[in-house]
Amino acid sequence: MKESANGTKQNEWPLWEVFYQPNNGKPFEHAGSVHAPDAEMALQNARDTYSRRNEGINLWVVPSDQIVASTPEDQGPFFDPANDKAYRHPQFYSVPRAAKKRK
Amino acid sequence: MSTLDKTPVKRDEILFEYLVRLADDRLILGQRLSEWSGHGPELEEDLALANIALDMIGHASGLYTYAAEIEGEGRDEDDLAYFRDDIDFKNFQMLEQPKGDLAYTIARQFLFSLYSYLLYMELKDADDEQFAGLASKHLKEIRYHLRHSREWVLRLGDGTEESHRRIQDAFDDIWMYTGELFEMDEVDKKAAEEGFGADLAKLRKPWKEHVDEVLDEATLTVPDDNQYMASGGRTGFHTEHLGHMLAQMQFLRRSYPDAEWT
Repeated sequence: MKESANGTKQNEWPLWEVFYQPNNGKPFEHAGSVHAPDAEMALQNARDTYSRRNEGINLWVVPSDQIVASTPEDQGPFFDPANDKAYRHPQFYSVPRAAKKRK
Repeated sequence: MSTLDKTPVKRDEILFEYLVRLADDRLILGQRLSEWSGHGPELEEDLALANIALDMIGHASGLYTYAAEIEGEGRDEDDLAYFRDDIDFKNFQMLEQPKGDLAYTIARQFLFSLYSYLLYMELKDADDEQFAGLASKHLKEIRYHLRHSREWVLRLGDGTEESHRRIQDAFDDIWMYTGELFEMDEVDKKAAEEGFGADLAKLRKPWKEHVDEVLDEATLTVPDDNQYMASGGRTGFHTEHLGHMLAQMQFLRRSYPDAEWT
């Protein structure tokens, strides 16, 4: 069996994150994770675990340790500055009556 | 109740017998696979085996339902599954063997899924609309069972020393039950003549070629065909394992025939 880069413990299969695409053209959504010895088995385990109820038409599996995530400490500098900048949302602006009518 | 005491003659009788044989194969293997529930090596493989078990039982259910309809004597799928004795079951002996270790379960699944795949490729064009429809619907799932079990054969064979030994032992043990898969008896011949049965003898070559290919890639040795081959499942002749299994499988339904899910 191939050694996988994201091996955690010796006797435990590595962890993979599973994403599925609900429909053509839709963005992939995170479904959960599975353990598997390698990529092909990860795909099959993902199919058996997350695609039995018509959830999607495509699957991605990604070694969990290949995902770079922000940390709780990043919360301030990453996300707080957006708090008081309501004008970044389109809803901030009122739509002119003329534009509304055209709908 | 026995289906053994009369040789089918009419088209409907032959079709009934043919459907029940296929259904028995799948019910018995499905039951065996379900024994893995809660005992898989990892949660994910536990789920995978349970999925395959459910598919098998689903295929059996579809075939039994249609068989009961063809028979037209008021029996239903449950009657066929739960109220026949071991002598009435026509499954291959390979499928009733205890689940063994994971290697044994995987080796059997691979050999049988490959056989089923080749068989259903023929049956999907059967000269019976409903039967052909069932076959092509089930074929998609069979393809997946084959893929899953083949991937495992490769990994166990070309894995550790222990996994290699175990899967080699499994193929060696199970090989004597493979001969029966390709035997053509009267029912098979008549079913082929009627246009809804496959020529099983013809499946042997492509089956063997693919088995050789996969086992070779898995660094395994294909067992010798020139050995004692078990036979008789199709006439209701079984190993000692089937009766025990049926006792467990049929107990509830027989003790409480009117029980219902509420």
